[in-house]
Amino acid sequence: MSTQSTATRMTIAKALNAGMRAAMERDPKVVLMGEDVGKLGGVFRITEGLQKDFGEDRVVDTPLAESGIMGAAVGMALRGYRPVVEIQFDGFVYPAFDQIVSQVAKMHNRSLGALKVPMVIRIPYGGGIGAVEHHSESNESYFAHTAGLRVVTCSGTEDAYWMMQQAIASDDPVVFYEPKRRYHERGVLDLGDRGGGSSLEDAPHALEDAVVRVEGSDVTVLTYGPMVKVAHAAAQAAELEDGPSIEVVDLRSLSPLDVDVIEASVRKTGRCIALSEAQTFASITSELAAHVQEHCFYHLEAPVLRVGGYNIPYPPSRHEEVFLPDLDRVLHAVETLLAY
Amino acid sequence: MSDDEVAPEGATPTSHEPPERDITDGGPDMVQFLAADGTRLEVTPQTEPYAAYLEDLDEDDLRGLLRDLILVRRVDAEGFALQRQGELGLWPSLLGQEAAQVGAGRAMRPQDYAFPGYREHGVAWCKGVPPENLLGMFRGVNHGGWDSNDNNFHLYTIVIGNQMLHAVGYAMGVDRDGAVGTGDPERDTAVMAFTGDGGTAQGDFNESLVFAAVTGAPVVFYVQNNHWAISEPNDRQFTIPPYRRADGFGFPGIRVDGNDVLASYAVSRHALDRARNGQGPTLIEAFTYRMGAHTTSDDPSKYRISAEVDAWKAKDPIDRMTAYLKGGGVVDDAWLERTQEEADELAARIRRACQTMPDPPHEEMFAHVYAEPHRLVEREARAFADYQADFED
Repeated sequence: MSTQSTATRMTIAKALNAGMRAAMERDPKVVLMGEDVGKLGGVFRITEGLQKDFGEDRVVDTPLAESGIMGAAVGMALRGYRPVVEIQFDGFVYPAFDQIVSQVAKMHNRSLGALKVPMVIRIPYGGGIGAVEHHSESNESYFAHTAGLRVVTCSGTEDAYWMMQQAIASDDPVVFYEPKRRYHERGVLDLGDRGGGSSLEDAPHALEDAVVRVEGSDVTVLTYGPMVKVAHAAAQAAELEDGPSIEVVDLRSLSPLDVDVIEASVRKTGRCIALSEAQTFASITSELAAHVQEHCFYHLEAPVLRVGGYNIPYPPSRHEEVFLPDLDRVLHAVETLLAY
Repeated sequence: MSDDEVAPEGATPTSHEPPERDITDGGPDMVQFLAADGTRLEVTPQTEPYAAYLEDLDEDDLRGLLRDLILVRRVDAEGFALQRQGELGLWPSLLGQEAAQVGAGRAMRPQDYAFPGYREHGVAWCKGVPPENLLGMFRGVNHGGWDSNDNNFHLYTIVIGNQMLHAVGYAMGVDRDGAVGTGDPERDTAVMAFTGDGGTAQGDFNESLVFAAVTGAPVVFYVQNNHWAISEPNDRQFTIPPYRRADGFGFPGIRVDGNDVLASYAVSRHALDRARNGQGPTLIEAFTYRMGAHTTSDDPSKYRISAEVDAWKAKDPIDRMTAYLKGGGVVDDAWLERTQEEADELAARIRRACQTMPDPPHEEMFAHVYAEPHRLVEREARAFADYQADFED
């Protein structure tokens, strides 16, 4: 790293905050809404300091009613605003489910393109934090299943910063899943290399793009959000032991999927694991398995394996260490694939 | 009561049931200017704040309101007929609610924004939406065939109550735009949110009242209490009438005679002015009646008696306004005949438009799912086109 470097180490939490700040500076129509997002800065402090700097009209502490927040945000979007809505925890999004599925997702289509609802729905998701019930869910499949929504998730600092801004700039509604157990992990954000970060043109990747995080030749691990780190660790562990070469693909966009990157990786390795915290049944990992076998059939050396949460309600946190996929479960799946 | 405790014959049964009440009676709080027979009622201290708005109306305006009522009823009848003849899949009739809707619709200014349910054909008319544009969604050619921003009349919302929150959010935006309380009548803007008695039970309805109350958003909630949520009467929806609920949320609630176009108009003007002036939300309950079925798929003979419908027929909004204006010499039989002819011509126009409405090309399904390019939709659209092309060979 040169002495001129403008790189900083920053947590995902701070990068999300910086991304929202940049978007709010760029566009006066960007409005943050949610429970406790103002003075408190959100229960995870992701919006910390923004109300102080942008005022109560742009960082709105709402009543404690998720459908109300979502429906009001739809109305504000129809008036020309760009609401960024915080759902406090994954398991609290369901009261807003009707508004998201029936209205947010369908308004543009219903109006034959005349209306747009450019909103971002931020959801801290996933487990591993020892929380009580409803605070550890990975419910991204519900929204990925719904046409009209885009669903994305970040796994690190740089994506947190840029993807948040891209999601806010999108004319489509974007459900933005934030890996809450990674909020305080640090990564590098280098705006100096990217024109100071003033323009979205400088973003390293498009919002819809998947990115190969680790190159490998034997097994592809398709994953996203909090599990990217686990996949990364598995690849490193295998390498240290002169084991199989694992390629890690960070999907970033769950809807739509970047199928070109996915297919290219699987065609190269011939083996595929779909990895997530979410329960596997009727899930993103199911979709990945289906897509890969439909499109890469002749390249596969073995069936696609899914590694995810067991198909039970998210358990009390004393179980989560075995409920959540870890390094060992990933490596076990790798071994299974190679044994075919 | 056990078998051996049979009440003596002829004894008056004891009952905790409330006494039978006249459901056409809106009670003493209801704002009303025209009696059912068209007599203009004395202004009382209670109706006085609203009466001032009627002084603005000249004879042309009054005739205009009656014309609206007649035309809207004719549009509705045509929608019903088109469904019966197989041209529409469904039609939700507004029969009986014309005055409630025309009163509110005519009280709105062009810049005021309406968020309807799916029965607000009369509000649509007043906001300038061509009636034929309402038919597309009921014919199955689209999900909403008008651009909301052309007339500030949002698309119909079918999920009961969703739109109430959209109205509040829109009003919060209006407030942020500085389009409230400036004193400029061309600029100050209010939002009107429409639902029915059934809608008041929804969570979204109640959340919308909370959000409006705490934000002071310039919104008027307009509940047409037509007494039936499909087959369920008022007592299945609430024990306190909708207008009184506003008090618990901290803003005014008014019950108005929804079959009296003058009252509906005046009360709406009052509430819209409050909103535009920055004085916050109002809840209006328009006390009216659904004379027809819930929709063309419904059969009200299963759940309500014809005597009830007859009682409301005596309170018909058009008969009432006609009697009032005829009595005052504002309209005569010739005017009424001409207006009926105009209504028939409008109906014929709508009928032609409906019958000649083209089926959309199937590729259009894939258009407008997203505002920006989308990999999956584009891929499927191409695959669909290729698949269809196979059949053409």
